[in-house]
Amino acid sequence: MTPHLHLWLIPVLPLIGAAINGFLGKKFSRPAVVSVALAFCGAAFAMALWIAAQFSSLPIPVLETFAPWLRAGSLHVDFAFYLDQLSLVMILVVTGVGFLIHIYSVGYMWEEGGFYRFFSYLNLFMFFMLTLVLAGNYLVMFIGWEGVGLASYLLIGFWFTKDSAASAGKKAFIVNRIGDFGFLIGLFLMIKHFGSLDFGQVFSSAASLPVETAGAGLLTSIGLLLMVGACGKSAQIPLYVWLPDAMEGPTPVSALIHAATMVTAGVYMVARSHVIFERAPIAMMVVSVIGTLTALFAATIGICQTDIKKVLAYSTVSQLGYMFMACGVGAFSMGIFHLMTHAFFKGLLFLAAGSVIHAVGGEQDMRKMGGLRSKIPWTFWTMTAATFAIAGFPPFAGFFSKDAILFQAFVSPYGSWLYWFIGVFTAFLTSFYMFRQWFMTFFGEYRGQEHPEEHVAPAGAAASHGHGGIHESPRVMLVPLVILAVLAVVGGWIGSERFGKFLSPAVGQVPSVAASESPAASLQASEEHVSEGLLTSVSILAAVLGFGLAWLLYHQRPQLPQEIAAALGGFYRAVANKYYVDQLYAILFVNPLIEGSRDILWHGVDQGVIDAAVNDSAEGAEHVSDSVRHMQSGNLRSYAGWVALGAAVAIAYMIWTGAR
Amino acid sequence: MVPLYYYLALSGILFACGVAGFLIKRNLITIFLSIELMLNGVNLSFVAFAAHWHQLSGQVFVFFVMVVAAAEAAVGLAIIISVFRTRQTLNVDQINLLKL
Repeated sequence: MTPHLHLWLIPVLPLIGAAINGFLGKKFSRPAVVSVALAFCGAAFAMALWIAAQFSSLPIPVLETFAPWLRAGSLHVDFAFYLDQLSLVMILVVTGVGFLIHIYSVGYMWEEGGFYRFFSYLNLFMFFMLTLVLAGNYLVMFIGWEGVGLASYLLIGFWFTKDSAASAGKKAFIVNRIGDFGFLIGLFLMIKHFGSLDFGQVFSSAASLPVETAGAGLLTSIGLLLMVGACGKSAQIPLYVWLPDAMEGPTPVSALIHAATMVTAGVYMVARSHVIFERAPIAMMVVSVIGTLTALFAATIGICQTDIKKVLAYSTVSQLGYMFMACGVGAFSMGIFHLMTHAFFKGLLFLAAGSVIHAVGGEQDMRKMGGLRSKIPWTFWTMTAATFAIAGFPPFAGFFSKDAILFQAFVSPYGSWLYWFIGVFTAFLTSFYMFRQWFMTFFGEYRGQEHPEEHVAPAGAAASHGHGGIHESPRVMLVPLVILAVLAVVGGWIGSERFGKFLSPAVGQVPSVAASESPAASLQASEEHVSEGLLTSVSILAAVLGFGLAWLLYHQRPQLPQEIAAALGGFYRAVANKYYVDQLYAILFVNPLIEGSRDILWHGVDQGVIDAAVNDSAEGAEHVSDSVRHMQSGNLRSYAGWVALGAAVAIAYMIWTGAR
Repeated sequence: MVPLYYYLALSGILFACGVAGFLIKRNLITIFLSIELMLNGVNLSFVAFAAHWHQLSGQVFVFFVMVVAAAEAAVGLAIIISVFRTRQTLNVDQINLLKL
């Protein structure tokens, strides 16, 4: 008998914090709000660490039922929490990175109004995210899934008086709804065919079904529907459009929700459902194709962005594409590995970008930055670590996970050299746009304006004479940066093989390893080991090439990019305008919906039918009353006349009927 | 033996006189008297039928009608006096405040 872990406490602790700050926080002082938020978030982190410390002695997987929930016929759903290697990694990442970002937010949001509201929402997000990753069945997972969407909506629209922020929040919510619809139908299919939503029961039922090689069957349908949900939450083609707009929210929110944790929920869900996907090759192929295309597509958009946060947003979409590529080729553990390292370096990139924005007084346009290296050294060095990590330079964290994914894409039985090639090309693009950002922000001369009335000030003069000037962020913001920078460097040192082995009870073995263990494939495996070094050197070469090109274009010859852009003409404009996807969606979906709602539903149905029916019947009643109210004259003799007339009519009727 | 329909004709004539008086006259007391006339027209038909069919229930009805008419006369006259005191008139065309 093992001690009861009280897994339910991990999500509920931040919920208590959210409730305290949300209901009472208005009267609290700022330090009080901070201590409540950090205490409860930190308690969840401490509990995650406590569980991690005794993890090896636990009978994995642990399933704890907190309370019964639904009893509908044979369908039983409980508030159950599930702990295995996968959820352990997720809760550590979520609470760890989440706690650091909470600390960072104290400095970043200190001057903002609605301080208590911000921390209440952050804690609420932690509650839902932890519910999502600890859920013991799909329905509890769905609570978390919807809840993080709600928290995301609230935090994107945190500055709700700004129109663009409010509409970005709505966009995120509505686009996610499309994905959730698919997810929900997938759940219905599970209830119908497996009669349960518990992970254990669903997976054992699914495992008893044969692999659907011939065509699309039940598991393929469920897998594709789950993938629709994952596309919405994790911003994959065609539902990625909400994520770049979500950058309207405060920067810590972008780091926590829209880079490190929430957007990876789709990857987590696909990895969690690996039993279903492994038996549905078509669904696997769709996952990897979507992931690969998204990685490439978003990376090309990222090249032309000038807003420092938008670059990171598209880079997030692109990196999520890598994770789906990994899942699609069957290397679920590599997807989770990249999820973890990505949480470190992308969270760090956003926080560092927030620090840069903080330093230059709210400016987000990289064309108005430059030369910040010496003015904000801490931010510079931490961001450098993150940039090298995402670009895939060894020995930074991103190298290990990305290289593992590319290798698996090449050798896995589900993979193909095409995935690998696009992946490497995307790695080159990633390296290029990240170093472009790095050079534009930190090198060259400062291009911003210190005083609005002046023209572009010379770099040195502006910084030293401007009141306030460019300044490093407070220590409360720098400490999380440094910790994350260390993680971005060392986070991958555990090695993909050891990590994959650790996760294998939860998400299955990497296909190439599984294949090499069977004797028939040993010959093939030995060839692959030869090629592994070659593949790795190609991906390092891609990263170096990206660095070199960015160095050439944005450091040595800064006028060259404009010339190239001019030479490319229409293609450049298409990329810079994000391939006009938003405009296309507006024409195809948004405008028809708005016009249909306005012209048919509002003017036609609501005003023409419903309002008309109500108003006309009221008017009819008024007309009838108006004509008969004259009978009520107050004249006694007219009343008597009506009585007499009525009596006469009654008698006439009686005589007439009696006569028949 | 006077035939039944003589009584009924007289009863109808009395009732019609009452209705006509009720509709035509403006003085409240005259209208009140017309009502008594109608009641007595009905009473006459009741007793006529009672005698014709040799049944007592018609006569019992008449007693009830007389009792109610007496009570009505007491209350009605009191109302008429009260109306006259407040309005200084008994013309029903001017007593018309009870309307929309």
